[in-house]
Amino acid sequence: MSGYFWQYGTIAALSIFGVAFVAVAFLFNRLMRPRKPHREKLTTYECGIDPVGEGWSQTQVRYYIFAFLFVIFDVESVFLFPWAVVFERSRNPGLVLAEMVVFIGVLAVGLLYAWRKKVLEWL
Amino acid sequence: MILDRYFENAWAILGLKLGAILVLFLVAPIVVGYAEHKVLAHMQARLGPMEAGRFHGWAQLVADGVKFIQKEDIVPRAADRFVFTIAPVLVVVPVIMIFLVIPFGPGGWWGENMDLGLFYVMAISTVGVIGVLAAGWASANKFSLIGALRAAAQLIAYELPLVLAAAAVAMQAGSLSLVGIVEAQDHYWFVLPQIAGFALFVLASLAELSRPPFDMPVADSEIIFGHMTEYTGIKMAMFLLAEYAGVVALSGVATVMYLGGWHGFLVGWIPGPVWTFAKIGALAFFIIWLRATYPRMREDQLQKMAWKYMIPVALANILLTGVFKVVF
Repeated sequence: MSGYFWQYGTIAALSIFGVAFVAVAFLFNRLMRPRKPHREKLTTYECGIDPVGEGWSQTQVRYYIFAFLFVIFDVESVFLFPWAVVFERSRNPGLVLAEMVVFIGVLAVGLLYAWRKKVLEWL
Repeated sequence: MILDRYFENAWAILGLKLGAILVLFLVAPIVVGYAEHKVLAHMQARLGPMEAGRFHGWAQLVADGVKFIQKEDIVPRAADRFVFTIAPVLVVVPVIMIFLVIPFGPGGWWGENMDLGLFYVMAISTVGVIGVLAAGWASANKFSLIGALRAAAQLIAYELPLVLAAAAVAMQAGSLSLVGIVEAQDHYWFVLPQIAGFALFVLASLAELSRPPFDMPVADSEIIFGHMTEYTGIKMAMFLLAEYAGVVALSGVATVMYLGGWHGFLVGWIPGPVWTFAKIGALAFFIIWLRATYPRMREDQLQKMAWKYMIPVALANILLTGVFKVVF
């Protein structure tokens, strides 16, 4: 088998092995633990008093605009990695660098715009 | 791969590899966890664990493990049972998988030498947050939910400085393979040209691991224990194991990327793996030291620091690295 597929095969094997490790640990716990359920013990913890309302309460996610920005920049970084490896070996590294400067520059202007529009302030 | 020299059978090699990674994954967190107990204690003029194992409490974490495995498994009535059980698995498995690609010494002291090693590490290290979100949501507890959402906020803010700093290292080395990155540091360690990147990487990985001063997701004085509030016994142990193994894994990655990996200095006779583990230990000590030194940051301070300081610095670092590489 070729080394390339063997490598990814090892990753797959390791992920299965990791799950198996946790499963075995859980199994040992199941064999060794006591089991004495009690009504009070099974209530949701809320500082020792009875829980108020639902656990899945409404929460204001204050950072959803940050999440949009994150997606944009994360996609940028995916483009950045293959470029980072080859740019020095290309025939004209200066030009290839200049192209990436333009690309990063556009995104940096976007970040600056978000900054000016006060998106980066915590509500 | 070093096992190739001694074994013919590919399946035997695979089995030994997985076994070695599991041993490392179990031993390294215990060592770091014990070091944390002791270092924190001495920094606060205490003694820390002294009883278990007779000699300075060295077996304290082994005893903790034995205790965890015998504990009753309490799942709150309101919780989503299935997701509640799956969440620790999602947190632990990605950390195990990081150890596969970290090179510890020259001549094959690694699990796999992947061409995409650095990218693989960046990708796999973020999966754990899904487990944290699952744990916080499935617990049906208000503190857990707040903790999980804070963990997600931290990922959003600190993934970018981490990845951008890593991209600058890939430019410096001209390779994404972790072995290739170490080999590129033959003459000088990348911490010299990438000092800004190193600072960004260490800070961002602290935030990813929810280690102090970025431990808002588990802030035990305000939201109990974040997403782990409702967990007990072995499931709780899995979360803690993942945290300390994560400290070792990210110290290892930072060592490989910036501190020259197995390359030593001054003395030539110390073998490569010893250098690697010494550097990982030094970084882990630094991470523990920060916990004793800095108070917790506020959530808005965290976002501000990431978006207004660290990301612009990381972008500038990439451009400077590019100019440096083209000119020299």
